[in-house]
Amino acid sequence: MGDLLNFLSQNEVLIYLLLFTVLLGFEVISKVPSVLHTPLMSGANAISGIVILGAIILIRTTDPQDFFTLILASIALFIGSINVFGGFFVTNRMLEMFNKKKNK
Amino acid sequence: MDKILFLISAFLLVWGLRLQSDPASASKGNKFAAVGMLIAIFSASIMPLENSSGNYIWILTPIVFSAVIGYIIAKKIQMTSMPQMVSIFNGLGGLSAVLLSYAEINKWILSPESYPGFVLVVLIVSLFIGSVAFTGSLLAFAKLDGYRWSEKLTLPFQHIINLILLFSIAFSSYLFIDSSGGYSFLYIMISISLIYGIFFVAPIGGADMPVVISLLNSFTGITAALTGVIFDNKVMLLGGILVGAAGTILTVLMCQAMNRSLLNVLVGGFSSSGSSSKSDEQGDIREISDSDFAVQLFYSQKVIIVPGYGLAVAQAQKLCKEIQEVLESNDVEVKYAIHPVAGRMPGHMNVLLAEADVDYSKLIELDEANENFKTTDVAVIIGANDVVNPDAIDDTSSPLYGMPILKVWESTSSVVLKRSMSAGYAGVQNPLFFKENNKMYFGDAKDSLQRLSTELKNL
Repeated sequence: MGDLLNFLSQNEVLIYLLLFTVLLGFEVISKVPSVLHTPLMSGANAISGIVILGAIILIRTTDPQDFFTLILASIALFIGSINVFGGFFVTNRMLEMFNKKKNK
Repeated sequence: MDKILFLISAFLLVWGLRLQSDPASASKGNKFAAVGMLIAIFSASIMPLENSSGNYIWILTPIVFSAVIGYIIAKKIQMTSMPQMVSIFNGLGGLSAVLLSYAEINKWILSPESYPGFVLVVLIVSLFIGSVAFTGSLLAFAKLDGYRWSEKLTLPFQHIINLILLFSIAFSSYLFIDSSGGYSFLYIMISISLIYGIFFVAPIGGADMPVVISLLNSFTGITAALTGVIFDNKVMLLGGILVGAAGTILTVLMCQAMNRSLLNVLVGGFSSSGSSSKSDEQGDIREISDSDFAVQLFYSQKVIIVPGYGLAVAQAQKLCKEIQEVLESNDVEVKYAIHPVAGRMPGHMNVLLAEADVDYSKLIELDEANENFKTTDVAVIIGANDVVNPDAIDDTSSPLYGMPILKVWESTSSVVLKRSMSAGYAGVQNPLFFKENNKMYFGDAKDSLQRLSTELKNL
C-alpha cells in the first residue's frame, strides 16, 4: 500500500494526463458518424502502432553487443511499423474515395 | 527540441482524430495523424538518452522495410477485405508490444535495481493484453476470411475453461514476479495468454467479429499506453489511450446498433439463445424472373437498394452502381439505405460504395430510409437479411427483437436477392420473405446483378 501511494504521488502529472486523455479520447471519438467508422477503426489501429517508439528507445539504449535484445526489438519495430505505415496508407486510400465524391 | 516535437506530434494525433469526424475533413485528419506519427518516430530517434549507443542501423532497416511492405499491402488490398486487414494489422501491433515487453523484461532481470518497482507488473500486464490481442486478432481474421475450422474451436464449458485460464495467468504471473527471474513461469504465463486469446474469440460468431476487432484494437491501445508508462513517453501514453478510448466507444456503438450487450456478444450471443423461436411458421415464397424484375425496376419512380454482407462478399458493388446508372438514365430515383451494422464493419458499406463511385448524397441512414420506404416502389435487398427482419419489431420472442431495422416491407414491393432460403446470421427465418408484396431473386449477388443488368440494358 505504501508503495502504491508513493507511486501515485511520484507520478501525479502522469495520472492527471491519463485521466484527461481518456476523457479527450471519448469526447473526440464519440462525434464520429457511423459512415466513417471503418476508416476510423483502421486509422486508430495505425495509431496503436505507436508502441514502436518504445522499440526505438529500447534499441538506442541497448548495448551494441547485446544481439538478443537488438534483434527482438528490431522485429518488434518491423512488425509495429507495418501496422503504422500500412494503417495510415490504407486509411488514406479509403478516405480519398470519400473525398472524390465531394469534389464532383 | 525533442520535447517540443513530441508536443507537436501529440497535438497532431488528437487534432487528426478530431478531423476524422466529418467526411469532408477526414482525409486531412488522417494525414495530420500520420505526420504526427512520423514526427514522434523522428523525435524518439533523436531525443537525448542516457547511455545511448546509437544502433541506428537496427532502427532504420526495419522501418524502411516495413514502410515499403505496409505501402504495398495498403495499395493491393481489396476494399472488401478491409476488416480482415484491420484485424491482421491489429494482431501485428499486439505482437510488437509482446516482443517489446519481453525484451524489456529481459533487461529488467539483468539489473532490477535500475527500475522502479511497479515496472515489472506493468510489463506483465502489457505482455498479457498484447498476447490476447495478437492471437485473438489472428483468429478473428480467420473467421472473417471464412476458414471453416475457425468456427469449431469451442470446447464444452468454454466459459469455465476461460476463467480457469485467466486464473492460471494471474497465478503464474504472481509466481514469476515473486521469484523474480524464474523464467519458466514467464513462459507459462505467455503461453497461456496466447491460448486465452484464441479461446476469448472462439465462441464469438463470425458476424460479430467487427465488435471483437474493435475491442482487441482498444486492447492494443491499452498495451501501447502501458508501454508508454514504462518508457516514460507521454506521446505513447496519449496515443495508446486515444486508441483505447476509440476502440471502446466503437465497440459500445456497434453493440447498441445490434441492440445487444457486450457480454451477450462475447458469450456467443445468438448461437445459444435463439435458434428455436417461430421459424416453423412459414408460407409461400414467390420468385421473380429476370425480365419481370428488370421491367419492374425500369418503370418504377423510386428504388431503394439495401446492401448487406452478401453484396460485400460477392464484391458486387460496381455492378450495383451500373444498375443504378441504367435506372437513373430512365429517371428512376435510386437511393441506398445503409444499416449501421450492414457489411462486415460499421461504415464498411459506405467504403465499398464509395469505391464504386456511388455519390455520397445517395446514401441514406436508418431513420431517413425508414421514412422513405413508404414512398418507394421497389426496395431491393442485396445480401442483407437480419437487418430487414420484421420480427425485430413484431416478435418479442425473436432473438432480434428490439434491434433497429430497415422497414423495407413498407414500400410497394420488395425484392430480396439471396443465395438460398437459409437463415441469416442470427439463425432465424425471416418472415419478410413470405410477405405478399415480397419476391425472391435467387443467386450469388454478383451473378444476379449481372443477369439483371443485362436484362435492363435490353429494355
